[in-house]
Amino acid sequence: MAIRDWPIKRKLTAILLLISGLVLLLTSAAFVTYEVVTFRQTIRSQLATRSRILAANSTAALAFANEADAREILGALKYDPHMVAAALYDRNGRILATYPAAPSADLIPAAPQPDGYRFEGGRLVGFTPVAQGENQRLGTLYIASDTKAVSDALRLSGVIAIVVLAIAMLAAYALAAALQGRISAPILALAETATAASTRQDYSLRAPKFGEDELGALTDSFNQMLGRIEEQKQELQQHATRLEQRVAERTKELERRALELQAANSELDAFAYSVSHDLRAPLRSIDGFSQVLLEDYAAQLDQAGRDSLQRVRAASQRMATLIDDLLKLARVTRTEMRTERVDLSGMAREIVLDIQRTSPDRQVEFAIAPGLEAQGDSRLLRVVLDNLLRNGWKYTGKQPQPRVEFTAVDENGGRVFVVKDNGAGFDMKYADKLFGVFQRLHSSAEFEGTGVGLATVRRIINRHGGRIWAEGIVDQGATFYFTL
Amino acid sequence: MNPGKILLVEDNPDDVTLTMRALKSHNITNDVVVAQDGVQALDYLFGKQGRSPADDLPAVVLLDLKLPKLNGMEVLQRIRSEERTKLLPVVILTSSDEERDVIDGYSLGANSYVRKPVDFVEFTKAAQQLGLYWLLMNRAPPSPRGP
Repeated sequence: MAIRDWPIKRKLTAILLLISGLVLLLTSAAFVTYEVVTFRQTIRSQLATRSRILAANSTAALAFANEADAREILGALKYDPHMVAAALYDRNGRILATYPAAPSADLIPAAPQPDGYRFEGGRLVGFTPVAQGENQRLGTLYIASDTKAVSDALRLSGVIAIVVLAIAMLAAYALAAALQGRISAPILALAETATAASTRQDYSLRAPKFGEDELGALTDSFNQMLGRIEEQKQELQQHATRLEQRVAERTKELERRALELQAANSELDAFAYSVSHDLRAPLRSIDGFSQVLLEDYAAQLDQAGRDSLQRVRAASQRMATLIDDLLKLARVTRTEMRTERVDLSGMAREIVLDIQRTSPDRQVEFAIAPGLEAQGDSRLLRVVLDNLLRNGWKYTGKQPQPRVEFTAVDENGGRVFVVKDNGAGFDMKYADKLFGVFQRLHSSAEFEGTGVGLATVRRIINRHGGRIWAEGIVDQGATFYFTL
Repeated sequence: MNPGKILLVEDNPDDVTLTMRALKSHNITNDVVVAQDGVQALDYLFGKQGRSPADDLPAVVLLDLKLPKLNGMEVLQRIRSEERTKLLPVVILTSSDEERDVIDGYSLGANSYVRKPVDFVEFTKAAQQLGLYWLLMNRAPPSPRGP
């Protein structure tokens, strides 16, 4: 694991141990160095002292060149196991005696070297003058000691240092482990709380606070943040609940309305069916028997009587037309819509041809813009165009140069279809009555009609999600606008 | 030559009177048999229990749709399902111009569908044309009981 991925506890402990270890190591090194240096000085001065004593004792032996005495004096060195070798040189540098009595060749230098004490080749060697009185030099004493004492001391202090280091590191580790918690515990608690809050989405959790330091402030801020999130979450939940309730209410309401609508529709269906069958039958009787009277009893009737019967017949036929128109209006609402691309221009041309075929005696100029298309139910849209174009045709009846246009304009990004004529027009005061059922702005004497056509048109446009409106000026024409 | 009878299935006596008058006014003097509901019509065609049916089938049946007991569609269905009458010319003559009725009528095998006009002059014309066409111009299917 990379160091940066270590848990914070381990990082803190490692840092503490590293620092204390480094400090201890340096201290121990200094201690060991000091120990060794001091010890070397000590053994050198011990060797010097011993040499001087030995030298003083050797003056007589040297002065008389007494080899036996000299050997005896040097032999005393055997009591110190560190003493490796010794020798006495006379005034001329010749060896008088050695220790041990028969030393190996490399132990004793052949001639004395300059006076003094020094470490040489793993040994401490010393050359001491042997003199009588102040200035009469008799010879030189040579002593070599091994440095085992120094290495023993070094080893000892090394062991001590290592032991101290180990104990100190253990203590440091224990302390670090105990004390790092002061720093890591709040951080860990914070991290744990954050993790729990984010994984369980439980924002009611709070991180425990350990003190008033920066970590304490951090914990406070974090807890405040959690509090705000919790509040917002609750608010959101309340909103969601309210929204759900409202949706449920609306759905229920809509379902209820749909059911009502369905019921109303099927009632209307049954009603229309029965009207279609039953309402016309009596009219047929009225008309039929009036005609029978006119045919069979014409002689017994005067002009007024015949006229009355004609009126009865006209009224019953008119009522039949009204019933048919009403049924058409009802059918517009009942039929299922099939949406497709509809060629309105082509449809308008077909209707115009039909109008011209059935009424060849009237010359009306129809101007139909090419390429007008819309999405919708073609059968219903045919009813719309048929009504509007026939209205144009009808209401231009008293116009010397009748003209009906079918065009479209683009307005506010939407297509608006326009059917315009230069016929009788209407007063804008009554514009809102145009599309009502049985609402007419002209008498039947002026223009034939039942007042159902435009109501049917508006219903179809509404079923397509569109809008229809009209503008008119009396005796100058009417313009119908619709969107789909 | 016997041009055959007309079976008029019609419950409204006014309509019966007017239809008869319209037919007569053009000297269509054939027998017109009137059935006032669907059951009577089927009785005439297939015979009642214990009574044999009319010997000859009519040349045409003028069938109203809204009838008591059995309605026109049911009568038509029955006519088309019987071997004896399945080719019998049936003209629906009714007040309704509901698309549903037109489609159902043709689906069940009606030969024609005529809506009764309210205008009696028109109605008379229609009745005459029907009489002339089905009795005189139309070649009837061979009798199933033929030799």
